[in-house]
Amino acid sequence: MTGTTGGQDKETGMSILELRGVAKTYGDGAAEVHALDGVDLTVTAGQMVAVMGPSGSGKSTLLTIAGSLEEPDRGEVLVAGMALRELSRNARARLRRRTVGYVFQDFNLLPGLTAAENVALPLELDGVPGRTARGAALRALEEVGLSARAPHFPDQLSGGERQRVAIARAVAGERRLLLADEPSGALDSGNAEAVMRLIHSACKRGVAAVVVTHDAQLASWADRVVFLRDGKIVDQTMPMAGPESLLSQGQTP
Amino acid sequence: MSVRHALLALLSEGPKYGLQLREEFEARTGEVWPLNVGQVYTTLQRLERDGLVESDGSGDEGPQKGFQITGAGSAELAGWLHTPPDLSSPPRDELVMKVLVATQVPGVDVREVIQAHRRYLVQLMQQWTRIKEEEAGDDLNLALVVDAELFRLDAVVRWLDAADGRLKRAAADPAPVAAPAAAPLPRVRRRAGSRR
Repeated sequence: MTGTTGGQDKETGMSILELRGVAKTYGDGAAEVHALDGVDLTVTAGQMVAVMGPSGSGKSTLLTIAGSLEEPDRGEVLVAGMALRELSRNARARLRRRTVGYVFQDFNLLPGLTAAENVALPLELDGVPGRTARGAALRALEEVGLSARAPHFPDQLSGGERQRVAIARAVAGERRLLLADEPSGALDSGNAEAVMRLIHSACKRGVAAVVVTHDAQLASWADRVVFLRDGKIVDQTMPMAGPESLLSQGQTP
Repeated sequence: MSVRHALLALLSEGPKYGLQLREEFEARTGEVWPLNVGQVYTTLQRLERDGLVESDGSGDEGPQKGFQITGAGSAELAGWLHTPPDLSSPPRDELVMKVLVATQVPGVDVREVIQAHRRYLVQLMQQWTRIKEEEAGDDLNLALVVDAELFRLDAVVRWLDAADGRLKRAAADPAPVAAPAAAPLPRVRRRAGSRR
């Protein structure tokens, strides 16, 4: 299967997410749908992988299974080296809170909390003391350029700012795996680019990211783009040639 | 790309030397369109012949010869900027032709053909995006050129996605009419202009 990749080639090297032969079926009989059908995928620390495919290709299922929000029928999922199947329900929930961050198309911020409180909340739920969580939240907001917006409520923020808060929330603390589902689907192209830049720079700091999208411009921010069709990885982009090759090929005007 | 009008645009800022024009042309187009020096001089000669620029008359041919735009040159430039290019006839797109042909060749999986093109285009887009990320931050013209290229490639990927979906639906739900013989290639009605 072409989806299998060593993925150990980055300096950072360590595999943060590994799917091995993952399969998931919904419904049965004639209504049976193979959402995922034997998917292998490895994402290492510092790597940004985009998953492209038409709707119904299994993109979102891949993400919910990677984030342990759903269990596969077959196959194995390892997050930060731990096989989810072998963990207790509690341990899995803890891993989810501590290691995995999610970014959704519709931001999913709590309207009654400020930006800083939204970012700090998952940490506090994980037992991090309030003051420490708040410090981590402010640092994460600073990384997305929103320090000044920390005390603002979601309805006082623009769409682009809300998504940046959601990214801050997804990477605050010691998160190592960022899972994003059409993260800029609701944004104009300028804000979409800003969001992808932020996810990309989070990866440069060592986060592993999987971004599901049908948008080639977003996908092109990734180090590797895998193509999903009918629940299978059918193809992926090759390692990139140096970008300068585009600037020196001497096209005639 | 009209070298002629690009040179007029550079001269609209003030008199310049030939060599300087070439360097500025490349810098302003994000160095994506290299220009050879011969092209600059032949174009300048034609512009001068047409009365759109004048040389400083030093008679000194070569990189040190200075040029300036004339009134007619400024009018020509303004007219060109405001005239939309002719996009009315579809370009003769090799990729479109390949996909159309692939639907008819026995033993060829057109969706695999589509996927091969899609992968290549997305790889190209990754390269452009890397340029944008690494170099276009403080080069506005390069950022504009890269955006244009990304949107153009994005449109082609979207077309491939749409074609893929259309072929999948057509395969799942073949037309009820008696199996039509392989459709003839659509005629390109007008002679299509070249792309660039």
